Amino acid sequence: METVCAIEMRNITKRFGSVTANDHINFRLNRGEILALLGENGSGKTTLMNMLSGIYFPDEGEIFVNGKPVSIRSPKDAYDNGIGMIHQHYKLVDVFTAAENIVLGLHESGRLDIKAVNEKVRAICEKYGFDIDPTQKIYDMSVSQKQTVEIVKVLYRGADILILDEPTAVLTPQETEKLFSILRSMKADGKAIVIITHKLHEVMELSDRVAVLRKGASIGTVATCETSPQALTDMMVGHAVTLNIQRPQYEHPEKRLELQGITCFDAEGVKKLDDVSFTAMGGEILGIAGIAGSGQKELLEAIAGLYPVASGSIRYSPAGREPSDLVGKTPMQIKKAGVAMAFVPEDRLGMGLVGSMGMTGNMMLRSWRKGKGAFVNSRDPNELARQVWKELDVVTPSTEFPVRRMSGGNVQKVLVGREIASAPSVLMTAYAVRGLDINTSYTIYNLLTEQKMKGVAVIFVGEDLDVLLELCDRILVLCGGKVSGVVDGRTASKEEIGLLMTRVGGKEAE
Amino acid sequence: MPDFVQLFIALVVAAITYGTPLLFGTLGEILTEKSGNLNLGVEGIMFMGGALGLGGVFYYEKAVSVPNGILAVLIGMVCAFIAGAIASLIFSFITITLRANQNVTGLALAIFGTGIGQFAGEYMRIQEGGYISISNELKVFFINSPFPQALQDLPYVGNILFGNSIFFYLGILLAVAMFLYFGRSRSGLHLRAVGESPATADAAGISVTRYKYLATVIGGGISAIGGMVYITTIAGCVWNHEGLSGVGWLAVALVIFCLWRPLNAIWGSVLFGALMILYLRLALPFIPTQLYKILPYVVTVIVLIFSSMRNNKEKQPPASLGLSYFREDR
Repeated sequence: METVCAIEMRNITKRFGSVTANDHINFRLNRGEILALLGENGSGKTTLMNMLSGIYFPDEGEIFVNGKPVSIRSPKDAYDNGIGMIHQHYKLVDVFTAAENIVLGLHESGRLDIKAVNEKVRAICEKYGFDIDPTQKIYDMSVSQKQTVEIVKVLYRGADILILDEPTAVLTPQETEKLFSILRSMKADGKAIVIITHKLHEVMELSDRVAVLRKGASIGTVATCETSPQALTDMMVGHAVTLNIQRPQYEHPEKRLELQGITCFDAEGVKKLDDVSFTAMGGEILGIAGIAGSGQKELLEAIAGLYPVASGSIRYSPAGREPSDLVGKTPMQIKKAGVAMAFVPEDRLGMGLVGSMGMTGNMMLRSWRKGKGAFVNSRDPNELARQVWKELDVVTPSTEFPVRRMSGGNVQKVLVGREIASAPSVLMTAYAVRGLDINTSYTIYNLLTEQKMKGVAVIFVGEDLDVLLELCDRILVLCGGKVSGVVDGRTASKEEIGLLMTRVGGKEAE
Repeated sequence: MPDFVQLFIALVVAAITYGTPLLFGTLGEILTEKSGNLNLGVEGIMFMGGALGLGGVFYYEKAVSVPNGILAVLIGMVCAFIAGAIASLIFSFITITLRANQNVTGLALAIFGTGIGQFAGEYMRIQEGGYISISNELKVFFINSPFPQALQDLPYVGNILFGNSIFFYLGILLAVAMFLYFGRSRSGLHLRAVGESPATADAAGISVTRYKYLATVIGGGISAIGGMVYITTIAGCVWNHEGLSGVGWLAVALVIFCLWRPLNAIWGSVLFGALMILYLRLALPFIPTQLYKILPYVVTVIVLIFSSMRNNKEKQPPASLGLSYFREDR
């Protein structure tokens, strides 16, 4: 089949201050293909695509759309050239309906006829098999529905070149499957699609070609059918990383945390956790799987004392000390007892770090109570900051550089590194590797395993089932605030967990 | 007509008179805040509008031998609008282009505008060697109702519906126009998107900067008209450097009270107008007037408590209110 070039980028360079995000990159996208753009964090994937969608403007280089040189100075220019990007963080207005979001920014003549828009949106949905109601407000929608709105928005504008930035990061396996089939049907329709992703199995499953970036430079483009995950990883990180996560067995596991019938309600009176009972052992990693919003966050916060517990008990038995009940204790008391939490929210900075402070300042947030007298001790935090900086390879000019201005992955390293450094006896992490590249993820996995071998009870809330299966000793699956099952990480299959994620106890028939 | 009915009608009419300047101040600030800009300088803007609007009418009357009443009203509004627009342009430049903190800038503008208004008023007074005042023949165009006497004489409703100054009716028209603009027009949809989520609007190809500038400058102009309305309808068309104080702050509170909806501003401003004058009309001897005067603020606090208690997404301020937008920020 003859390939028609949709986009060509030649010698694109983009610098942010002294950092070169994209260094003379060449890139080519054909019609009727799905191209995966693969690379570590900070390798410049999103930056490159943002230059196509008009968010950034390249410092050097040329862009050709359908063979013609173009200058894309704004998102509007991008749409005029038929390019639509679906960002990682959805760009939707919460209080608008789907249809209002879809027509946003369009300069059609005449007055706004929202009914006609609704009809047109319904027609697009029918054509590609989307399932959204144009009159529904965004704040009432699930993540996958919001993503659908984003895709429809792009199609509504007549885009035939689609760029998706990590589209599956927040989707369940089932939703991902649905998205993939939609993307395939759009490909069959002759559209050109780029997906930016870290997940190798998705690359292998979906894409026709893979373009790999490393540290702002393009490493090469290969046909998916001619490559392997191992080869792609090598291209991405520059050196081979063992795909196997080490999972040593700890000799003497002992009960560390025993939850009995924990039930929580949110401010609106909705049950967030329903009779959750489990035991976390010292010396094991307990994985927690579930669709986003199944109560993972509430569970960790309830243990940490940040979320009100309506009923139930949390029995905490630290090594060599008297067991006690954590329910009703203040977060400070719980923290002092040795329960640490590293929660990485979607925006990464929300909980746990202060964006405008440097690494030292953020380390100090853990230790400011320790100093004597009125002054804080800044020497130890500074030392700790330097240690984290070196050991986790945080890319930052100095320990005083505001964390807000670091790249996402580096922010995460600071957060997780700090929690591990507090030498807890229960360590809870949520989405610790969200958005991190493979290399850094492994650093964090190893750190967690190291903690486990020290006899720490590690609770790991994760999204990637492959990782959960390789890293965790046991996996607890949450569904709608209930425990739908606990499986052994060494023997369970992915399908088994996927099933538990959607059905309580695996019993409810579809 | 029974006595208490007459008393009630008088109270409502007075409430409308006091509410009208608030209506303009509030509508202007709603427009500004819909774009995500929190302009706390309304107090200063209304001062400038009051002084310069009155000045415009005064010099117009001085310049021509037979002044036209309708033209005088228009000149007053245009002068006030320009004064407010210029003040808001300064605010816009500092907060939108230079991305300074909006609260600090707004407070500075409140102080600055109050000063400029007072200075202009006093300067004109000294220049003219006496009071800056509009002649009685011209005053009637500002104060009296535009409707025929027969309508105003209708029993019970006549005075309330048809007995108010022209500005009240203009304010209602403006509120309805703004309601239609926000809810029905494409440009209104864009403006709301800018205030809710500028990053989204930007990605959709909407010029965030242009919408923010236009909404803030026009909003400031509308607020300033409120200052002029206060001076001409309540303060007797005479420049009085204390008359206006506090009105702008009430307008800011009223925006919250109205939940950023222009139609609510109509009855909201009348209610606040009533609360403002309650101490004159319904004075209870054992309650000090100062307590009466804080009533509007107390009501605002209560509304704030109720609207934030239930997390209703429709009743929240524009999501990016008070934040400056920079495209390459994360």
